[in-house]
Amino acid sequence: MSTQLLLVQALNGLQFGVLLFLVAAGLTLVFGVMDFINLAHGVQYMLGAYLGASFAAWTGGFWAGLVLALPVALACGLVLEVLVFRHLYDRDHLSQVLATFGVILFLNQAVRAIWGTAPLQVPMPELLTGGITLMPGLQYPVYRLAILGAGLATAGLLWLLVERTRVGALVRAGATNAPMVAALGVDIRRLFMLVFGFGAMLAGFAGVMAAPILSVEPGMGDTVLILAFVVIVIGGIGSVRGAFLAALLVGLIETLGRSLMPDLMRLFLAPSPARQAGAAIASMLVYIAMAAILAVRPQGLFPVRTG
Amino acid sequence: MRTRIRESALPLLVLALLAAAPFLGFGEGWAMTLLARAMILAMAAVSLSFILGGAGLISLGHAAMLGFGAYAVVILDDAGITEAAVVVPVAVAAAAGFALLTGAVAIRTSGVHFIMITLAFGQMAFFTAASLAGYGGDDGYTLYSRTSLDGTRWLEDRLVFHYACLGLLVLSLLLCRMLLASRFGRVLRAAKESSLRVRAVGFDPYPYRLVAYGIAGGIAGLAGVMLANATEFVAPSYIAWQRSGDLLFMVILGGVGSLHGAVLGALAFVLVEEWLGHITEHWRLIFGPLLILAVLFLRGGLAGLPAQLLGARNRG
Amino acid sequence: MMTIGRRGVLGGVAAGVLAMPAIRARAQQQGVKIGLVAVQTGPQAALGTQLRDGFLLGVKHLDGKLGGLAVQVVDIDDELRPEVAVTKTRAALERDKVDFVVGVVFSNILQAIMRPVTETNTFLISTNAGPSTFAGRGCNPFFFTTSYNNDQVHSVMGQAAQDEGYKRVFIMVPNYQAGRDAVHGFKSRFKGEVVDEVYVPLNQLDFSAELARIAAAKPDALFTFMPGGLGVNLVRQYRQAGLANIPFLSTFTVDEATLPAQQDAALGFFSAAPWAPNMDNEQNRRFVRDFEAAHNYVPGSYAAQAYDGAMLLDSAIRRVKGNLADKQALRAALEAADFRSVRGNFKFGTNHYPVQDFWLCKVAKRPDGKFQTETVRKVLENNVDPFAAECRMR
Repeated sequence: MSTQLLLVQALNGLQFGVLLFLVAAGLTLVFGVMDFINLAHGVQYMLGAYLGASFAAWTGGFWAGLVLALPVALACGLVLEVLVFRHLYDRDHLSQVLATFGVILFLNQAVRAIWGTAPLQVPMPELLTGGITLMPGLQYPVYRLAILGAGLATAGLLWLLVERTRVGALVRAGATNAPMVAALGVDIRRLFMLVFGFGAMLAGFAGVMAAPILSVEPGMGDTVLILAFVVIVIGGIGSVRGAFLAALLVGLIETLGRSLMPDLMRLFLAPSPARQAGAAIASMLVYIAMAAILAVRPQGLFPVRTG
Repeated sequence: MRTRIRESALPLLVLALLAAAPFLGFGEGWAMTLLARAMILAMAAVSLSFILGGAGLISLGHAAMLGFGAYAVVILDDAGITEAAVVVPVAVAAAAGFALLTGAVAIRTSGVHFIMITLAFGQMAFFTAASLAGYGGDDGYTLYSRTSLDGTRWLEDRLVFHYACLGLLVLSLLLCRMLLASRFGRVLRAAKESSLRVRAVGFDPYPYRLVAYGIAGGIAGLAGVMLANATEFVAPSYIAWQRSGDLLFMVILGGVGSLHGAVLGALAFVLVEEWLGHITEHWRLIFGPLLILAVLFLRGGLAGLPAQLLGARNRG
Repeated sequence: MMTIGRRGVLGGVAAGVLAMPAIRARAQQQGVKIGLVAVQTGPQAALGTQLRDGFLLGVKHLDGKLGGLAVQVVDIDDELRPEVAVTKTRAALERDKVDFVVGVVFSNILQAIMRPVTETNTFLISTNAGPSTFAGRGCNPFFFTTSYNNDQVHSVMGQAAQDEGYKRVFIMVPNYQAGRDAVHGFKSRFKGEVVDEVYVPLNQLDFSAELARIAAAKPDALFTFMPGGLGVNLVRQYRQAGLANIPFLSTFTVDEATLPAQQDAALGFFSAAPWAPNMDNEQNRRFVRDFEAAHNYVPGSYAAQAYDGAMLLDSAIRRVKGNLADKQALRAALEAADFRSVRGNFKFGTNHYPVQDFWLCKVAKRPDGKFQTETVRKVLENNVDPFAAECRMR
């Protein structure tokens, strides 16, 4: 494998990682601040993609679709919060798991009922079509660079919000010790709603951004959800910084693993079994990595909770 | 004493209904297959409830134990061995062995991390099963015949199979209940509350939890044997993380901390899914909200329902 | 799109047909019940929808009757879970007493329900899955398929690649049994060099790593088998990466189920199939025209083969004059395959798999803006699948 190919693969891994970060950021905030396991985060991502696809088809343009989809995704998130999630904040994690599972079932089916089962098509924005030549014969789509840029910008924005604003300070305090924050007279209910809505919007944003390159279909949130959980566990629950680094790490492991594993196996096995064994191991690589990291640092890379 | 009878009333009723079911309108083959599946999943759910409610170990990889039991049946079937005296011990040992090996690593962690590690191990089992081309890979494997007892193919009779599943379910319930009530179980439950306190008294929770995890794995492995026999077909999809999730949801719905609640949860899941599926193809639009409502209003899950109702009656 | 609506339509048709004073009990004897197994849940549900739509259109074209008997369809959603498929199929056989089990998109579901169905002496007519397990020594007198043997289709692409003179081909498939079968099938007729064989996870979303590898390898062509959502992602990303100048040879990757999402990205990509919507025979023109009028999307092979399934049943039931009890006669009637298939040439081999022509197809854009695959040239004629010789059925 040439260095050039390796670098391209690394870039691919980073871009995938950034997309994962957009999903994981909302999840870790909600889990960290509200101690709430939201399995329905995956369907919020899916909902964003579907809303983006519909609005883009309706208005004829990707950007209009994005601009319209975000507030609607936010609204959907808030509706869910008021109807279901609000009543679960003081319940144990397992109850939250079951209830959010119910939400997943409902929304996956609703999406199927409304939009049908066939995958949807979302056109790429005109401005970002085309690519730059990274390697002879390989174009890197400008749109993926845009995702990379958007992800980094969001990470920066989040850092700014969390570290430099008063609201951010409240969020950080809430992640460390929510009852104390409430005791200090902050309207914890409003804070929770804010965090939740923001998390839902982030997930929806990730969905819209992913739509032009990934297939928009019912159940698209499930794979992403599992990876997002892996990311926040590795990164440390409640830590946005941890989610960012962990997401990049997971993206790199996924991508580089897939490219390098079969070649690695070729050192031990004949070509055909090597490829299949390599592929099988590559699928497990992220989980093996997670287990290894947790064995060494059980609280994740940047744990937030103290005690 | 009266509360004890009241506590046991619901589970005894449910078990009695299951025993009588073939004569209460569930006599046809497909209905018994449905009930058999429900009872087998109930057995696996009970073993999960044992470690979840009893030891605080929330496993998202429990379907892999079922899978180990089922695949043990497959591998032996392919080698021509179907005698229960061989198949059952091998399956239980395989599943328990996997549980002990993975538990040795996983039980060092706790909380969400434990969940994710068990998920990871479950995924590894899944991908490994899918790559076993000799046993059908992910296309699955059709058994040549069901497990035989002493050479006779008793289990092929639907009624016999029904009572075999029911019998094993009852045995699992009794075993788990007995373990939880024993000294072993007391240490487990104390460690669940606070491992610090338990250590202060001189017990190390780790070996207790590991043993409990192994036992749960073995019971689930036995359930896996019955599952393979029920459908006469085994596929890696039995080990998918969504199936582990299903088991977890059954336990939670039934009421964490209640063994027979797991039975109720499993029955509810399987039977409601079947019943609603007849009404409309979009049955999940109803089932999802039902689960949400169950969580919001049934504190203590399905097992806590009689107490809730009776409590309400006493008050009103 | 809700099945309640569709059941309503079918119920209406059946009711209209049974407007004669036939009580429901009597209708069960005089009618024929079909258990239609198709995946209706999850990402692959679109394929099950096509299958169902195709079969029901066939029934509609036959005025709600198969061979003169009024039809009642029992929908079975297998959810792509074998244990669910087995339970529901058993229920359909025992409680609803279906006379035939038809459909099945995926091979692993077919494998799961084969024994439960055939052991009750009920005919299982697959309209899509065609695993090799049942083509050779596993052939079953109660099993027929109106589609093909999976390996065959991949071998067509191998033959086409060989004919085109490609010397170095890069292969990429998902890492599961059907993927491995695809590689095997392709290699059975392609004699050139396989530059690399890449197996990707079934739930892969992003192909950037594999695309970089393909670009680095500079093959003469790519052969791939990426069904459903995998194909949608791959095709779009392939085009975006600027690799479209490397010929894209595929099976089940660019078909009418995925083209609406792939659109321009798939233009000019190749596929292999026994049928394409543009085939010019009377029954196909009628099928495609009425299908699009009813459902507003272009039918794919899943729908066409299911439509043929309905026509097959009609011809067979008509031949035995509605006497479904005589299984021997019914089998002979099915084997005769005395109907006009939408793909023209159709007959069954000794193993109950079709002997048919295979075509190289290309994705094209129609004047009305919709996309479809169109036949380019015939690659194999009257092709018998490679396992037929091992079948021991009389």
